[in-house]
Amino acid sequence: MTVLDTTIDLDAVTRALRVRLRDDQVRDSLTMCNLYRRDASNMTGRAGIVCFAESTEDVQACVQVAADMGVPFMARGSGTGLAGGAVPPPDAIVISTTKMNKILSVDEVNRIAWVEPGVLNLDLSKQIADLGVHFAPDPSSQQTCSIGGNVANNSGGPHCLADGVTNAHIHGVEVVLPDGSISILGGEEPEPDGLDLRGVFVGSEGMFGVATKICVRLMQNPPDVATMLMDFESVAEGANLVSDIIASGIVPAAVEMMDQLCLIAVEEFIHAGLPVEKAAALLIEVVGPSAGVAADVERICQLASERGVGAIRVAADDAERALLWKGRKSAFGAIANIMPNYYLHDTVVPRHKLAEVLDQIYEIVSRHNLQVLNVFHAGDGNLHPLILFDGSVEGVFERVHAAGREIVKASVNAGGVLSGEHGIGLEKRDLMPLMFTETDLSAQADLRRAFDPQLISNPDKVLPNPATCGEIHSAPEGAWI
Amino acid sequence: MDLTLEDFAAEVGSSGPVAIAGLGTRSRPLSDVRVVHAPSGIEWIEPAEMTICCGAGTPVDEIDAALAEHGQQVAVHPGGTVGGALAVGQSGLRRLAYGAMRDALLQANYVNAAGKLVKAGGPTVKNVSGFDLCRLLVGSYGTLGFIGDVILRTRPKASFEQWFTSDRDPWELLSGLFRPTSVLWNGATTWVLLEGNDRDVAEMAERFSLTAVPNGPELPGGGRWSMAPSELISLKVASPGSFVAEIGVGVVHHTRPRPVRPPDLVQADLHARIKREFDPTGRLNPGIDALSIR
Repeated sequence: MTVLDTTIDLDAVTRALRVRLRDDQVRDSLTMCNLYRRDASNMTGRAGIVCFAESTEDVQACVQVAADMGVPFMARGSGTGLAGGAVPPPDAIVISTTKMNKILSVDEVNRIAWVEPGVLNLDLSKQIADLGVHFAPDPSSQQTCSIGGNVANNSGGPHCLADGVTNAHIHGVEVVLPDGSISILGGEEPEPDGLDLRGVFVGSEGMFGVATKICVRLMQNPPDVATMLMDFESVAEGANLVSDIIASGIVPAAVEMMDQLCLIAVEEFIHAGLPVEKAAALLIEVVGPSAGVAADVERICQLASERGVGAIRVAADDAERALLWKGRKSAFGAIANIMPNYYLHDTVVPRHKLAEVLDQIYEIVSRHNLQVLNVFHAGDGNLHPLILFDGSVEGVFERVHAAGREIVKASVNAGGVLSGEHGIGLEKRDLMPLMFTETDLSAQADLRRAFDPQLISNPDKVLPNPATCGEIHSAPEGAWI
Repeated sequence: MDLTLEDFAAEVGSSGPVAIAGLGTRSRPLSDVRVVHAPSGIEWIEPAEMTICCGAGTPVDEIDAALAEHGQQVAVHPGGTVGGALAVGQSGLRRLAYGAMRDALLQANYVNAAGKLVKAGGPTVKNVSGFDLCRLLVGSYGTLGFIGDVILRTRPKASFEQWFTSDRDPWELLSGLFRPTSVLWNGATTWVLLEGNDRDVAEMAERFSLTAVPNGPELPGGGRWSMAPSELISLKVASPGSFVAEIGVGVVHHTRPRPVRPPDLVQADLHARIKREFDPTGRLNPGIDALSIR
């Protein structure tokens, strides 16, 4: 077992990599390793060597060197992950897939495309927009996150309410397994022989190998869209409307909620005329053929009035729709007007517990003498509390992390789960026992061992320490442990 | 449920070969092996969450009827038990719009080879907490664990649905219609299932000159093939009059058995390693190999 062997001879690894790749693809300067020591979480690791793969063969070369020499490796897309999934294990070979950024083929009739993992999420939808199709998963980071990263984290986004998360939009993946072998899991055909290895690879956070080509499902662009902004005197009224809508048999394309602090911050930032005096607002989008959209809008407005809705603003045109969505998607940037730092959380609760858990979140954060702003995917109960803080205040990180842990526990206690779309990574690996027993976790470890008997593919993520029995583990700075 | 998960786990036990059976609609019971049955019965339905919890031994017809009372349905292949449908992993004719059946499984409690209960997945419609063992169970033919109970994602039933036929090219209809629920083709005739608002359905039917019919086509029962959707066109010449293909999906209902394909050696090795990790003594559904059974 050589995973975190502190005696890794980086010079020897670099030499071995340079036999297989060009020198300019294998970078080991201190600056380069520092650049790749973290992702978008607040944790840092230690990259040993950074390799820029340009093809499946390049990725295979890196993985084979890693496997032969017993060195950990970690694939990395755009580094926008928030749970520390792309924080390198000590002295790992970091395999960057950003240069593998080609859209390989598009079949707009059967709605299938093959892409390389470094293709950016929004770039794909933009490039194929004139074909009348799009890639449905739309994380808030979609301008910068890569589809390879979406696959690793099974990412979601506002429009996954009706269309499902990334797993439902991946037909197949060409992968380099941790022993260096290449295979296509799943594929264009609907029922490949054997187990659904495609399905378990998606969301495996880089621990089952590296995706080198991805076969995605494309969705038809809708003929009609209605986008509504509704405001409420209480968070509970808005949250309860979400359940009412779903129970009535309507599944909108998206249902997003912003609380008052969020509305204030965003309004100062984009001046969209948001209802800053109200406790909460819902952004609801319905898509489809026009008669169905009109009927859904009418029914939703009726349900809203029964819940005491204030104003209902229906976007008159694409420009207004874009403005309302800009408000939702620029919330994170707008926070800078309130506090210099934030910690973004991600949990899911049953829809009918939204109001109750939000109350608990306000109480928890206030008790830790912090502020919280909520902007989240209300339609699928996916909370995103943003804890605001000033990192220069002594002792504030302890309070932020303590409040965060309590929020995760409150969500799980309400019948929810640890993460809806960010993944477990390093951030929540030691909170996994809140949801899973030792037997449950050991089954997950068994699956990982089947894919990666040497345990060299992005080790130390997802599974808490005891599942790997006494190996030496290092905790990156900032990890919740 | 008519049996607790703990009692089910005790029945499975921790040693000796054991097989699981549902209603026997999808496969014959194994001979000379002790047979167990999963718990049956609906635990709860949460319409506002779009979820249902039931024993794996519950007949699919039973959950269909119970959900219909709430105006909902679940994308589980009709017939037999819920556990049987999941173990085989085939989707229904509405996969084009509803997605694959595997995506309907949110959580499963299963009994592992050591006779212990294991939870896979989680109860909410969105969940990326840990490795996705639910995906592993769907289509595993009970070779990795026996599912005891499940939480499934439901979906609203459309207010209106109608089958149509057309002599137009099926790909023209797939492109032009907005998210049809099913497009089937036998090389000469195309069948289309449309769902949604009745006025939208009527408008689309008129625009594409579709003819309303009471039902979709009879499906040939000889074999279930899986092809890339772009390759289905080849059937027109290769198998005239012998198939009904799911356009945009790639499932082909054929008069002849599915052709045997050489296994991918890398995947065969991976399958063997997974089986060894999950069932080291090969006691669960002995003799079944998920890779070669279809």
